[in-house]
Amino acid sequence: MLLSLAIWVPILAGLLTLAAGGNESDQRNAPAVRLIALLGSIAGFLVTIPLYTGFNLLNPGMQFVEQHAWIPQFNVFYTLGVDGISMLFILLNSFITILVVIAGWRVIQQRVAQYLGAFLIMSGLLNGVFSALDGLLFYVFFEATLIPMFIIIGVWGGANRVYAAFKFFLYTLFGSLLMLIALLYLYNKSGGSFAIRDWWKLPLPLDAQLWLFFGFLFAFAVKVPMWPVHTWLPDAHVEAPTGGSVVLAAILLKLGAYGFIRFTLPILPDASRELAWLMITLSLIAVVYIGLVALVQTDMKKLIAYSSISHMGFVTLGFFIFNAYGIEGALVQMISHGFVSAALFLCVGVMYERMHSRNIADYGGVVNSMPKFAALMMLFAMANCGLPATSGFVGEFMVIMGAMKANFWLAFAAASTLVFGAAYTLWMYKRVIFGAPANDQVAALADLNAREFLVLGTLAIAVLWMGVYPLPFTEVMHASVNDLLRHLALPKY
Amino acid sequence: MMKTLYLLVPLAPLVGAVLAGLFGKTLGRAWAHRLTILSVLISFICALIIFVDVLNGNSFNGSVYTWARSGGTSFEIGFLIDRLSALMMIVVTFVSLMVHVYTIGYMAQDPGYQRFFAYISLFTFSMLMLVMANNFLQLFFGWEAVGLVSYLLIGFWYTRPTAIYANLKAFLVNRVGDFGFLLGIGLILATFGTLDYAAVFSQASALQDLSLEIIPNHSWHLLTVICILLFIGAMGKSAQFPLHVWLPDSMEGPTPISALIHAATMVTAGIFMVARMSSLFELSETARSVVLVIGAITALAMGLVALTQFDLKRVVAYSTLSQLGYMTVALGASAYSAAMFHLMTHAFFKAVLFLAAGSVIIALHHEQDMRRMGGLKKFMPWTYWTLLIGAIASAGIPPLAGFYSKDAIIEAAQHSQTPGATFAYLCVLACVFVTAAYTFRLVFMAFHGEARFDPAHPPHESPAVVTAPLVLLAIPSIGAGWLIGYLVFGDFFLASLYREENTDYHGLLSYTLHGMTALPFWLALAGIATAWFLYLKKPQLPKKIAIAFGPLYALVERKYGFDELYTRVFALGAQRLGVGLWKGADERAIDGVMVNGSARLVLWFSAVVRLLQSGLLYWYAFMMIFGVCAIYALVKYRVFT
Repeated sequence: MLLSLAIWVPILAGLLTLAAGGNESDQRNAPAVRLIALLGSIAGFLVTIPLYTGFNLLNPGMQFVEQHAWIPQFNVFYTLGVDGISMLFILLNSFITILVVIAGWRVIQQRVAQYLGAFLIMSGLLNGVFSALDGLLFYVFFEATLIPMFIIIGVWGGANRVYAAFKFFLYTLFGSLLMLIALLYLYNKSGGSFAIRDWWKLPLPLDAQLWLFFGFLFAFAVKVPMWPVHTWLPDAHVEAPTGGSVVLAAILLKLGAYGFIRFTLPILPDASRELAWLMITLSLIAVVYIGLVALVQTDMKKLIAYSSISHMGFVTLGFFIFNAYGIEGALVQMISHGFVSAALFLCVGVMYERMHSRNIADYGGVVNSMPKFAALMMLFAMANCGLPATSGFVGEFMVIMGAMKANFWLAFAAASTLVFGAAYTLWMYKRVIFGAPANDQVAALADLNAREFLVLGTLAIAVLWMGVYPLPFTEVMHASVNDLLRHLALPKY
Repeated sequence: MMKTLYLLVPLAPLVGAVLAGLFGKTLGRAWAHRLTILSVLISFICALIIFVDVLNGNSFNGSVYTWARSGGTSFEIGFLIDRLSALMMIVVTFVSLMVHVYTIGYMAQDPGYQRFFAYISLFTFSMLMLVMANNFLQLFFGWEAVGLVSYLLIGFWYTRPTAIYANLKAFLVNRVGDFGFLLGIGLILATFGTLDYAAVFSQASALQDLSLEIIPNHSWHLLTVICILLFIGAMGKSAQFPLHVWLPDSMEGPTPISALIHAATMVTAGIFMVARMSSLFELSETARSVVLVIGAITALAMGLVALTQFDLKRVVAYSTLSQLGYMTVALGASAYSAAMFHLMTHAFFKAVLFLAAGSVIIALHHEQDMRRMGGLKKFMPWTYWTLLIGAIASAGIPPLAGFYSKDAIIEAAQHSQTPGATFAYLCVLACVFVTAAYTFRLVFMAFHGEARFDPAHPPHESPAVVTAPLVLLAIPSIGAGWLIGYLVFGDFFLASLYREENTDYHGLLSYTLHGMTALPFWLALAGIATAWFLYLKKPQLPKKIAIAFGPLYALVERKYGFDELYTRVFALGAQRLGVGLWKGADERAIDGVMVNGSARLVLWFSAVVRLLQSGLLYWYAFMMIFGVCAIYALVKYRVFT
């Protein structure tokens, strides 16, 4: 029941928000709409908390499982369940949704109901992705999340929003078509079952595994995004409204990585081992190459977008070195990146709302007029550099430790982020925040208001908590990850 | 009971930092300094109690809480309290307390008063976490945290372009060191399966013969690789050549932190770390040899630079680099206790030098150029006398502290069997002369001779909050060296670091007298005499020497060109590479060819398909004939079998 609630509470709240909005040119209902959306998002988060408190740490399998027939003719079920790998993402997603609703409180004045409704519906759909145990159900959720995001970028986005929305949509749609083929193949092979857990046990010859691997690879690699199918992300981020960027970075990017660990690794363990070199190479290219590209960006959002790609490189690297440090580190990195990238995009949003520019060159000396903001952004910048005692350190540290266990040079390339990450993040921080006020506009900036402070402050607590005491996050993963590692070690043919 | 004290040592300054940092405005200036000073005082008193307890033979090694678990490894936050960490705790909390008090006077006019106190208390917390760690993870925690606070404090005056350039540079250069350090930690975890000091040290000798194939077919001694990687971390933090470039620029920060962070404590973290790992370094002669040579180069090369600088703080900064080189030489010569001893005496006399320099700087309204000082002696007697004590100690004249610790290092270098020891011995010996010369050059230029400052604004002696810490730090600058018999030649450190048996020591007096007949002492006197001759007797001479040695002098004055080299190669190189990858690979190749290219391919394909449906009858007929031929050919040559 809990997982269904996690999916449908936000969706219903979203529909309610839409209904309350009425005519889209008429914004008289906007205050009520915002309140409904806020309450809906809080309710959506509250129903996910028992998933953590009631979670059995010793059970490596699926928990909170529910199953109902959906399309019985084709053996399609509405099957939900979470394990130590997926559970935290549902909490993260529901948590971020609250912040997105609050962050859009005043910025969005046009079509308020539609904006907030889209986010709430997307939140429910994302929870569906993380809990679906039926291949077709997963596919439906996975694809359905595209629609609200497409609308959010296309309607509330910047000047070049249509190009960005189409690039985003086509890139990801093309990827998921290949995945659909792979899913149908698995359906046939398994004698007409869409149950993901059956597929894990399905014996498959190596060449079939390799074909399927590439089918899934494209869908997931686009979402992560991995080099070289990453170029849609900077465009999408630049054009998306702040809330869109937050959800895109914090949650949507995790779908690809989640796909790898839910489908690719357990269903195709032999192909995964066979092609690990490819995945590792692409991941390290992301870390190093994208780190260098991030360094020279002139647009703050693009810089953070590239930094996201680089950080996601750690996730795919961690998965494909096949040890517990690597996989758990990658999962931790996914959650931490959810906090940190969300916070950084919100920070850019705070400045953009005041200055209507994302250009680094238009800023300088923001600290003089916005000291509170500067202090919080310093924390997030440091988390982005992976400074210990922030969440950003935990995942990177564990993945580097895992990489060292596999091979010295992997760790060497991965650890280069210590220098590159610090260089691009702090150089941007220096040019934007430090210095004497660059112009009159900067000198006249107003510091954070209570609402902005609440949102960023909450994320700051999350970032620090996870950095100082990550144990509650890692404890839930062990049983499932160890199970996965055992499974990965066994050949399937 | 003792466990509570252990916790209180780092946590009290943390609480102080949080209060002053988050509620600075509400607390006001006075309460901000009262609370932070109180918190550091508590920390200092606890450290004293712990020190006495440790002297009574107690020690502690235990976990505070489990940070995370993964892959069967438990990552802990925990304390190791032994003679080594207890000594460091005393040094850190004492110097920090003095600097806190001094700051009341030094920063009195600054609008960022509360923020400054929050930072230095946060630094004290971080440094204590570093020295009290019982595992590599927490060591890295403290290591990076002190780096963060150093970054914040160098850029404290954030509207100054030079300050925010210097703090970024400091952070990035340190990160290069941390890059090696983290890889070293990774290799330790991969080799030993744990990051706990005790467990690692106890297994180390058994794993002595392991090797690592970093490059195929070239196997390297594993512990050597580990030690060198760890030492790269130390090179960053302790500003050893060639990662030394950040420290002189860090002088952009307010003077109290130059004393606390960039002289007495943080920069010695690398020395402390290697001493802590002495049982690992003892297993690799190659690694020790690297340490020795790097230290020797740093000591001499940076000392020479100090002779050419005119900025008061920069002279002291280069002197710090040179002294850190001494400590590194001691580490390479396996004289870990001598390194720690010099670390301690240096913390005192260098803090005096810096804080006295700061006192001069505020008295002259933020003038730092020694060419506009001179004759300050009679205006600022307290500052002068304390600085003089620091200078004598630094130059290595008995019976002040620096003499003993430096002598122990020179002797260790002389007797060391590590490859490169002769080179190191010659370097540190030459550096004795250089050290005395640049230190007294500073004394003579700033305090003696004719007054070159603006006579309309004569300087005044600083207030008591500034001079009292000077006096309190000058006392150990005089006397701390007398502990040599206990700390270096005695068994003070017990098993907390590796010690070589040394039976040469026959009491303090005979050691002192023996030192006064040895070469280093006379070299130091010669250095002072040279400084006197050049800067008091014949003040025109230095300029002539500079001109005579033209290019050589310029090379030293420009710090051997490392700043320019790094800017050009790394900073600009990375940017150029980034632009190339962005514009060339991302935009042209991936977006241009792959993404838009596939869109164009679809367009082209549809154009071709459109061509086929041209509606011309002869075209259809031609295609039909072509098709029949093609099918015939395929069947004939059995393509489908």
